[in-house]
Amino acid sequence: MADGVKPRVKAPSKAAAGEAVVLKTLISHTMESGQRKNKDGSLIPRSIINRFTCDFNGKSVIDVEMHPAISTNPYFEFEAVIPETGELKFTWYDDDGSVYEDAKQVTVG
Amino acid sequence: MTKLKSIRAFAVLAVAGGVAFGGAAQADENAELIVNGEIKLVTKTAAPDHLKDAVDTIYSGWLFRETGTQAMQMDDFVNPGMLDAEAGIELYNAVDGTEGKSCASCHGDIAEGMKGLRAVYPKWNEAAGEVRTMEMQVNDCRETRMGAEPYKYISREMGQIVSAVSLQSRGEPVNVAIDGPVAATWAQGKELYYTRTGILDLSCASCHEENYGNMIRADHLSQGQINGFPVYRLNNAKINQVHDRFKGCVRDTRAETYNPGSSEFIALELYVASRGNGLSVEGVSLRN
Repeated sequence: MADGVKPRVKAPSKAAAGEAVVLKTLISHTMESGQRKNKDGSLIPRSIINRFTCDFNGKSVIDVEMHPAISTNPYFEFEAVIPETGELKFTWYDDDGSVYEDAKQVTVG
Repeated sequence: MTKLKSIRAFAVLAVAGGVAFGGAAQADENAELIVNGEIKLVTKTAAPDHLKDAVDTIYSGWLFRETGTQAMQMDDFVNPGMLDAEAGIELYNAVDGTEGKSCASCHGDIAEGMKGLRAVYPKWNEAAGEVRTMEMQVNDCRETRMGAEPYKYISREMGQIVSAVSLQSRGEPVNVAIDGPVAATWAQGKELYYTRTGILDLSCASCHEENYGNMIRADHLSQGQINGFPVYRLNNAKINQVHDRFKGCVRDTRAETYNPGSSEFIALELYVASRGNGLSVEGVSLRN
């Protein structure tokens, strides 16, 4: 696991049925591109988050593939329609095999 | 001929555009900076007395940025500098050095112990008989009270701890003292501000006093206020301390720069900070 990785999510705890809510996510990560060199001239190995997904009650909301040009601390803001009370699950996949997760409960009513 | 004409046409435009927001479409002089929908920050106010001969109104650099960049500072979740401020709070609470102390051991909770400090730094330290920046004070504490290694003046850790401390003063008006024991240092800073340097022969004032609001190629020149420091720059994706920025500016005039932490930059920081007396401390601001 890379150092200092911390997922964060900002989501409303309540929504009206069928409402599109704004979700903000950010994960602190160096996103080392694999293109840069050390002072001694050797390549710094690539280490990035390569995929991010969001599910609502098991149904996919967004599925993002990431490549080395994505900047440090990747931030995603998107909308999701909330049909019923349930759980938003956020998952980030690291190059090194680590998986980081966060979840938010949204209540309808 | 055509080429010359277009250059002359541009010159006429530039004069017509005038100073202070005239030439730039992206800035709204009356935009309001409200963070998280609740903390209202002063980004435009009357110039302090010592500056009255030069400018009437002082503006935060936030006003000169594009609306998208401005919006990023209005939500702490979106402002990447907040990650460093959080890391700085962890450093503040972490025990380090031979004395087994953290910053919190002496100063208590950061929200109480560090409140209001950013607004008055750089300031006179009576015991040491010198003007001190916040970075100098941090390192003095680390060495003499904690028995810890000092941080490098410009470094990730120093940027983080200064960010954390500055955040505790967010919203308070900058109010650095310019008289009494600091008067000589302040005068030195003022002298440096108006001294032209480098192959391009530019002083701080050439851009930030005489031409703020105008474009310098693709950049919208601000007044060069430092009320928002430390600042997270999208340009280099990290926290930038005041002396880091000074160094960048002096380098851009194509001069040999002073070193971060040097007496010249300390004096300049005091003077430039005093030009922003009255603007809000923005804690960790965000710029391009």
